[in-house]
Amino acid sequence: MRMEAARPASIRTGRHKLMDIHVDHISHWYGQTEVLRDIDLHIGSGQIVCIIGPSGCGKSTLLRFLGGLERPTRGSVLEMSPPPPDSLVPLTYIFQDFALLPWRSAAGNISLVLERHGLARAEARAIIDDVLERTKLTDFRDALPKQLSGGMKQRVAIARALAVRPACFLMDEPLSSLDGQTRELLLDDLLDLWLRERFTACYVTHNLEEAVRLGHKIVVLSRRPGRIREIVEVDLPVEERKGQSGMLWDRQRYLWELMREEALAADQEIAHV
Amino acid sequence: MSDDTGGAPVPYRGGGFQPRPVGVVGPLVFAGLIGLWEIASRAGWISAILVPAPSLAFAALVDLVQTGQIWLHLTASVQRLVLGWTLGTAAGLLLGFAAGLFSLARAGIVPFVAAIFPIPKIALLPLFIIWFGIGEESKVATIFFGTFFPTVISVYGGVDNVDRTLIRMGQSFDLTWFSIVRKIILPGAMPAILSGFRISTSIAIILLVAAEMIGAEYGVGAYILLAGNLMATDQLIAGAAVLSVMGLTVSWLIGKAEKTILRWR
Repeated sequence: MRMEAARPASIRTGRHKLMDIHVDHISHWYGQTEVLRDIDLHIGSGQIVCIIGPSGCGKSTLLRFLGGLERPTRGSVLEMSPPPPDSLVPLTYIFQDFALLPWRSAAGNISLVLERHGLARAEARAIIDDVLERTKLTDFRDALPKQLSGGMKQRVAIARALAVRPACFLMDEPLSSLDGQTRELLLDDLLDLWLRERFTACYVTHNLEEAVRLGHKIVVLSRRPGRIREIVEVDLPVEERKGQSGMLWDRQRYLWELMREEALAADQEIAHV
Repeated sequence: MSDDTGGAPVPYRGGGFQPRPVGVVGPLVFAGLIGLWEIASRAGWISAILVPAPSLAFAALVDLVQTGQIWLHLTASVQRLVLGWTLGTAAGLLLGFAAGLFSLARAGIVPFVAAIFPIPKIALLPLFIIWFGIGEESKVATIFFGTFFPTVISVYGGVDNVDRTLIRMGQSFDLTWFSIVRKIILPGAMPAILSGFRISTSIAIILLVAAEMIGAEYGVGAYILLAGNLMATDQLIAGAAVLSVMGLTVSWLIGKAEKTILRWR
């Protein structure tokens, strides 16, 4: 069912999410502490690039550089092509803790990000209806965040991100504050969404399973200062991964071998501070 | 011991520590205390000169209403209160937001507020009288300053406490600086601002009464002072009751505002 939905839907929306991003030799210090060292990376259009690494390796910092929320000490992030003209906010974040305004309803949180773009009322309403429908939230349009479960809140955040027609999603551990079952459900939703929309994304996570299920390219960072240890490509198309748990499990184990010592060292490093 | 199986039930150890609302108790305690007081006064256990019977105080209150004097006192008091509090709050909001949003403003305002806030404003009333005269201005000024400083503190504290991830979110969606302030920071600081209002209104009522005790013809404070000078304790208690009602009304209004504005909590 998912496979069938994929093609026609992307024709229906008719968007070409072309956005090539080049991370050009980024290094970063917080005061005396070196956080990232010489990160050079390409995020191709329509690709999901996952970034994994032990805690404190600077992966979230890297993501903040990508969207211009923070400035690296050295190096820069380059948009290799102009963002598509219909994109209201080309680089759009999805945050770990959802970042919804608690005083606005689901629809209100979405309209927040449309308000400055001078859309006609009807047009904004149409966008809100559309994204709520795409995230299966139509019945929750007037619910306040406090009334929603964690998974629902993150769906609202995803709907909000979709509303500005991003060229590239920047996701900072979007499933990390959800419980295991909700995470599984939302991961499936994200996969469906990608199959339909083929967006570009950079996905930061510490969950290796999420990385192998979603990522076309998995960037493994070392512990602080974060350097690229290896870039693992997962060649299997995302839509075919569902039944291939054996192959994914191999990848996952390989990633864990790469990270294991780093994670252990990082863990002890924090304990020393 | 249980009879046939020989098992003993696990003793219940939970429960308690969960106060629940019991509606009738409050009014009952209130009525009981007043009744006791009335009986004690009638029986002559309490001297009528020291504390009047509640019925006498009530009669004084009725008299105050019937002669229409109460409206003179109330309008005078409420006018001072509303004027002083509104101006103080407006100025406090302005400077509080400035201190919350701009580093330079904060560096200037915060130490200044920290230095002046602890001074009881009533101690400065003589100064205000020298500046503004014995009339309304000095009383309003006392309330103004008494309201202004705690408002500044609660507002910039509220701005500081707004979730930074919400602000980053706003920036990441290209909201303008002004809409971040209006749509994220202002509502986010609202809980702190409203609880600041609770404090500033209480301070305002205290200062109102104190200021009215110096050179005011009308006003609840002036009425109480006059009653005290005449040893008319029944009127004094009646005046105090009016103050209590004023305080309760203000607190009820703020509670109402909290319910509507902070419905999302």
